[in-house]
Amino acid sequence: MQPANLMLLVIAFVVVAYGLGYARSRSLAMPMGGIRHLKSLPFYYGARAALWCGIPALIVLALWAAFQGKVIQLLVIGSLPPDLVPEGAGQASLLLSKISNVASGALPPGFVEAPIAEAAERLQALRAQSRLYMSVLVVAVAVLAGFLGWIRISPKLNARSQVETTLKWIFFACAALAILTTVGIVFSVAFETFRFFQKISFFEFFFGTQWSPQTALRADQVAAEGAFGMVPLFTGTLLISAIAMVVAVPVGLLSAIYLSEYANKRVRGIFKPLLEMLAGIPTVVYGFFAALTVAPFISDFAASLGINASSQSALAAGGVMGIMIIPFVSSLSDDVINAVPQTLRDGSLALGATQSETMKKVIFPAALPGIMGGILLAVSRAIGETMIVVMAAGLAANLTANPLESVTTVTVQIVTLLTGDQEFDSAKTLAAFALGAMLFLATLLLNVIALKIVRKYREQYD
Amino acid sequence: MNTLNTTVTSEADVPEEKAIPVQDERPAETVIEEGKTVGTPFADDPKFKLRNVEVFYGEDRAIKNISLDIARNEVIAFIGPSGCGKSTFLRCLNRMNDSIDICRVKGSLQLDEQDIYDSKRDVVELRARVGMVFQKPNPFPKSIYDNVAYGPRIHGLANRKSDLDDIVENSLRKAGLWNEVKDRLDATATGMSGGQQQRLCIARAIAVSPEVVLMDEPCSALDPIATAKVEELIAELSESYTIVIVTHSMQQAARVSHRTAYFHLGHLVEVNETDKVFTSPEHELTESYITGRFG
Amino acid sequence: MTDQRSQAELVRQSLKRRYRKERRFRAYGIAAIAIALSALVILFADIIGKGHTAFIKTTVTLEVDIDGEAMYLDDASDERQMKMADFVEPLIRALMKEIPEAGESDRDDVRDLINPYASNQLRDALRENPELLNTTQTMTFLSHTDVDVYVKHAGDASYSIKLNEKQRGWVDALYERGVVDTGFNDVFFSRGDSRDPSRAGILGAIVGSLLTMVVTLALSFPIGVAAAIYLEEFAPQNKLTDFIEVNINNLAAVPSIIFGLLGLAVFINLFGMPRSVPVVGGLVLTLMTLPTIIISSRAAIKSVPPSIREAAEGIGASKMQVVLHHVLPLAMPGMLTGSIIGMAQALGETAPLLLIGMVAFIVDVPDGFFDSATVLPVQVFLWAGSPELAFIERASAAIMVLLTFLIGMNALAIWLRKRLERRW
Repeated sequence: MQPANLMLLVIAFVVVAYGLGYARSRSLAMPMGGIRHLKSLPFYYGARAALWCGIPALIVLALWAAFQGKVIQLLVIGSLPPDLVPEGAGQASLLLSKISNVASGALPPGFVEAPIAEAAERLQALRAQSRLYMSVLVVAVAVLAGFLGWIRISPKLNARSQVETTLKWIFFACAALAILTTVGIVFSVAFETFRFFQKISFFEFFFGTQWSPQTALRADQVAAEGAFGMVPLFTGTLLISAIAMVVAVPVGLLSAIYLSEYANKRVRGIFKPLLEMLAGIPTVVYGFFAALTVAPFISDFAASLGINASSQSALAAGGVMGIMIIPFVSSLSDDVINAVPQTLRDGSLALGATQSETMKKVIFPAALPGIMGGILLAVSRAIGETMIVVMAAGLAANLTANPLESVTTVTVQIVTLLTGDQEFDSAKTLAAFALGAMLFLATLLLNVIALKIVRKYREQYD
Repeated sequence: MNTLNTTVTSEADVPEEKAIPVQDERPAETVIEEGKTVGTPFADDPKFKLRNVEVFYGEDRAIKNISLDIARNEVIAFIGPSGCGKSTFLRCLNRMNDSIDICRVKGSLQLDEQDIYDSKRDVVELRARVGMVFQKPNPFPKSIYDNVAYGPRIHGLANRKSDLDDIVENSLRKAGLWNEVKDRLDATATGMSGGQQQRLCIARAIAVSPEVVLMDEPCSALDPIATAKVEELIAELSESYTIVIVTHSMQQAARVSHRTAYFHLGHLVEVNETDKVFTSPEHELTESYITGRFG
Repeated sequence: MTDQRSQAELVRQSLKRRYRKERRFRAYGIAAIAIALSALVILFADIIGKGHTAFIKTTVTLEVDIDGEAMYLDDASDERQMKMADFVEPLIRALMKEIPEAGESDRDDVRDLINPYASNQLRDALRENPELLNTTQTMTFLSHTDVDVYVKHAGDASYSIKLNEKQRGWVDALYERGVVDTGFNDVFFSRGDSRDPSRAGILGAIVGSLLTMVVTLALSFPIGVAAAIYLEEFAPQNKLTDFIEVNINNLAAVPSIIFGLLGLAVFINLFGMPRSVPVVGGLVLTLMTLPTIIISSRAAIKSVPPSIREAAEGIGASKMQVVLHHVLPLAMPGMLTGSIIGMAQALGETAPLLLIGMVAFIVDVPDGFFDSATVLPVQVFLWAGSPELAFIERASAAIMVLLTFLIGMNALAIWLRKRLERRW
């Protein structure tokens, strides 16, 4: 049975368990003179039976579904004749994809060596077996645990508190998933990054000015493994983010100021949602716009002025990214500006200051820390933005500050290195994870600092 | 949004006050007659000449047909139960109500025989002449010096640094703060005590040499000692400025003002010499208020 | 007094300059809003301008003489013969009949007017109904993409027209006579991806998006709400709770591509889950949207006034009963609104899905959670990278469809908020 269908079956069991538990508590209460002699309402006895039935079964199902793929892969590899056993993880993944292609019928068995065709059959058989075992086991666990839960129902049992405690733990587990996710991120990048630094030196990675992972530049480099100096990626990312900020900060800030200080309620009601629409547009749409409309326009326009501009200029990607970030900056600034107490505004206006003088000399300085925090968050968003740069920035790692040239960014390289077939032990693939680790650390740092500043600022006026 | 919030905080209790029916408290003959003020609301050659003033918040009539003169260099106190419209009325005098979208002012309000609400009237200039001190001390999050220098700077009152230094020193002296802060002019103002902050706000207001200073319950957030200092200051300032003070405390009104105006539910009920108001009020509502029967 | 007079004079002198500054500042604000809005307008205009023509298809309607002899076919029910038969020939002949001026030497040019897959259409028709052999049928085929481009974009300099002079003349004549015609492009909405722009559609991507969203919603909504309930109602004030909160706030700001790395390393490499499937996509997007949902659900719970809780606790309800019977129903509209907005974000997300292999070229419409699939934004990405303008046209159209979905979801969220949210 497919996991999805099995899940429906488990849910059916859960419903039945609830009904049985409910009925049993009632029938136990009957001779005693009604349900008021039960410790809890029949509903809770039913719910308790349902939890007993459902939770273990779902845990078994989840674990099985999570690990069956890996176990089957290992079994298939293990059963290959010795001369075919792959040497490294890279070969293994190639071989496995070949086998699973044969198994799924995408590749006719006649096209591959006999052992591979056999392995494919074995894969099919193992998958069928695994599904069968899983179904039997899950059903058995559901029935057995449900029965145990059901048989132990007695009038003195405090079913309500048990159910509530269980629910509380489930709620806790859901909240703790956030920790698990962070741990998952840290481990998934840390592990591969560690392996990367076993192949490539720290020094080369952080201070090398050549980035060319696909081809070897110097003779002493490992065959077909190129240079891994991240300086040009770093500067490229900074250049594009800086351009984005140059667009987003003034436009976002000034529009927030106008909407919060000058516009009346009606105007604000119209324009604020319109600005926020910019934030709802998917990044792939901005990427499309940058790559196919803005970039050609910039290079044509530059050409008409006699300047040479790349068709994948940093200016196009950065400018469009800036547009994307405008609502981000404006809504954060809006919050911060509105948090400045009205009494300061009144104080300044009562001295005869004009609105702009009040804004520039009193409100803005008072709001500055909060605005800085908001800008840092925006920067973190800009350096982590992927689709716009993947579509509109280039792949060539140029070390330049000229916005009309093409640069590449950390995120572009991660996507480029990881799409398509990967070999999991090549420096190229590992480099993507190392870049991911840098990106994660940088954004984490920016976010932590920014959130701290913003929180401190809020406390000041609370 | 903020502007609206202030309306709510300063005038929120209007409906609540309305809920206390005047008729139940007092016999029928004390029902206020609109536009009729007992006592001496008018003066010769007044600084402010205010006639038939009405203020609306949306549909709500917060000020009902008030006429009053404010004389030159007098200290006049506005008293009354909370929500009676005294702050609203005060804020008309330098058009601080302008920033509230739903607020409309009707009637004739003149400062030195020039209409305050004239469309050609310049608010900035008006406010430079009519300064204001607020209920809660609101120093800017800047240094003490910059707070006082703020007004002169934006209005371009000082050409040289030394002129500005003089203005700051004079204003702080007048506010009785100079000796306390002369050594730490660069310290941030928000670090001062509440009473110092309020006196700083007064110094800030007089640094632009206004002709009138409006004070909206300037001592309500201060302790008794700080209050005493501010009251002393008001007495000194009354020599060169016209001062309009809204206060919750009748004792304060009695101590600092020359004349006292009693507001009730948006009406101006009585205006008289302060002594007279507190010893022999003419109107029954005034009497019940000062004897503490409500408010 | 004189001091005050002269001061007033100084103030008056400064006014002109200051009001000029005031006006300038105000103008900056208006300019900023104008810039942002014009960017929005240009973006929409650009995409609609590029994409609206993708909703039109070009067809060729022919009287096809299904001549068995010319096709080397005498029994259409014989699968072996069907495999060998020539289904192109009858089409060419039918076209030649419509273009009298075309001679034998023009056969190739004539053939290139009709879609290369038209012969498959003819074969499928015969397979379904072998009786059609040796009859004449009126059939409508898709035109060749080059013809489609010529018909729709003849005057547009940005498109390069690949038809030669002779072909253009023919197409003009055929268009005049209604043999070549345009109509609503149903193909675009009923097929998966294709190498041939005329036959490429977004149904596969829409179904892929739908499957992915089902997984995301089914996981992130209950988990997010449960986590929010825990943090707002049950969490003790301790280090662990603080740590959870810090994690949630940071995850909300982690770049989406990092979640892609997580999916690749954990779901695919560690658990051996298949690549390119909606389940893995849904899992990754769940982790990505969870912080948004948790944060908005917490806000919704916070907005339920304590008086409700106190009232329920006052009559002896347990904490859990108070939460499940009273707080949760009252907070539900806010939670739903937040979740819809989270889903809209997930629907538009591309980067993490690239890393878990949802960029494959997939022709078939996926039929399950474990079937290879792509999603709408990735389809846009794939087509946008094509050098053929006909694909760019379709990418724009796919963007229009995607934006329609997103606007619909946001409108639903706004409607829900207006309709269901109480004011306390």
